[in-house]
Amino acid sequence: MKSLLIGALLLLPFIAGAADGPVVTVAEPYLELRTGPGRGFPVTQVVKRGERVTVGKRRTDWFKVVDAAGRSGWVHRSRMLETLGETGSPLSVDDPRREDFGEHRRELGVLAGDFGGANVITIYGAFAFNPQLSAELRLSQILGSFSDGQMATIGLTHVFRPDWRIQPFAGLGTGVIDIEPKATLVQTESRTDQVAYASVGLKGYLSRRFILRAEFNKYVVFTDRDDNEEADEWKLGFAFFF
Amino acid sequence: MEAGFRILLLSAAVALAGCAGARSVEVPEPAADDESVPEVISPQVERRPIKPAKIDTENWEAGAFIGSLSVEDFEVNKVYGGRIAFHISEDFFAEAIFGRSDAGISSYERLSGSAPLLTDSEREFKYWSLGFGWNVLPGEVFLGGSRAYNSAVYLTAGAGSTTFAGDDRFTVTLGAGARLLLTDWLALHLNVRDHILEVDVVGTNKETHNFEATVSLTAFF
Repeated sequence: MKSLLIGALLLLPFIAGAADGPVVTVAEPYLELRTGPGRGFPVTQVVKRGERVTVGKRRTDWFKVVDAAGRSGWVHRSRMLETLGETGSPLSVDDPRREDFGEHRRELGVLAGDFGGANVITIYGAFAFNPQLSAELRLSQILGSFSDGQMATIGLTHVFRPDWRIQPFAGLGTGVIDIEPKATLVQTESRTDQVAYASVGLKGYLSRRFILRAEFNKYVVFTDRDDNEEADEWKLGFAFFF
Repeated sequence: MEAGFRILLLSAAVALAGCAGARSVEVPEPAADDESVPEVISPQVERRPIKPAKIDTENWEAGAFIGSLSVEDFEVNKVYGGRIAFHISEDFFAEAIFGRSDAGISSYERLSGSAPLLTDSEREFKYWSLGFGWNVLPGEVFLGGSRAYNSAVYLTAGAGSTTFAGDDRFTVTLGAGARLLLTDWLALHLNVRDHILEVDVVGTNKETHNFEATVSLTAFF
């Protein structure tokens, strides 16, 4: 119990320190502080070379800093990278780069397009086992003129060249689809069927952690009638990796 | 031929002797192991691993809104909902909104005195939308002489689904908003949105514009 308490006490300064953010030293002739996190905001304060500022928080590419006199303002990422950290080396910030695309573990995105003549909106999440192979969970809302539906699938996606900027991929998966005919048009019951898909597509690196994704899916709906149904789906969307 | 063979043999013999010689040379013990020899230089270079600085990033924004929604043909009603946004850069953000309202009575139902077109549950107007926003006019606003607040006027476009009159309907949502940062992390929004969807309640399928004006409070985290 006592050791736990001492451990917690030892950790306390680190926790408190993390909340304050790192202290950096201005290495360029001066550091301009803006009134807001944007390029259009006016510069109202200047911190001279050799003075130290504490980094508070970050919003997109802008950092809020406070100097020794308590003056605060926003500094762009490119200017922050010219300041020196505690070790005397330039401040290092954890930003994803082009090289991280393909090596990432998790991916989350939104796609929209056409599912057999109906509109479709999909959110998906992917978890990569290795740079090539990942498991994907997709949730879709299908909105047509004659029927609506929801679809949930789980599948495997294989990326052929994870080192390329534009990565071709193929996938296979299965799930369930729930189709409900429009209330005003036809009075038939909604039905839930199993569905399987095969997909091909492209993922392209945009910038930072963002991906543009386009894909084509071929679905087979296993109905309890005489014939199975087939549907083609085209989708385009954005995703980010982390 | 004979000479070539002899040179080969000779060189092999020289190489063998060299190997044997090398093997016979004693390898000296490392100085550090010998306690009698004091260390001349003790290397005390501390390795300093460069770790990315831990900085609190605040790119997410979440909050709730309340306002008025005009459901085409079905009166203006109170609407409330939530909004989550992720700020990609100082110019662009992605957002998800969801809201609900109860549609009123159409003038046809009121005037004709006939049976209502929709049941109470069908009158529920629920929507969600995923889209992008563009901070088109960032700036500052002033309250009196000593207060300045960061602000932005933004445009949004999104797509999603609306549940109304018993069906889910594909919806395109276009909007504009003004954001006022009361503190670094707390923002007040004024929003106007148009939910465009097709409704077939009045006989034919017609495109309806459902305008909404809301006020919301969001927090950055």
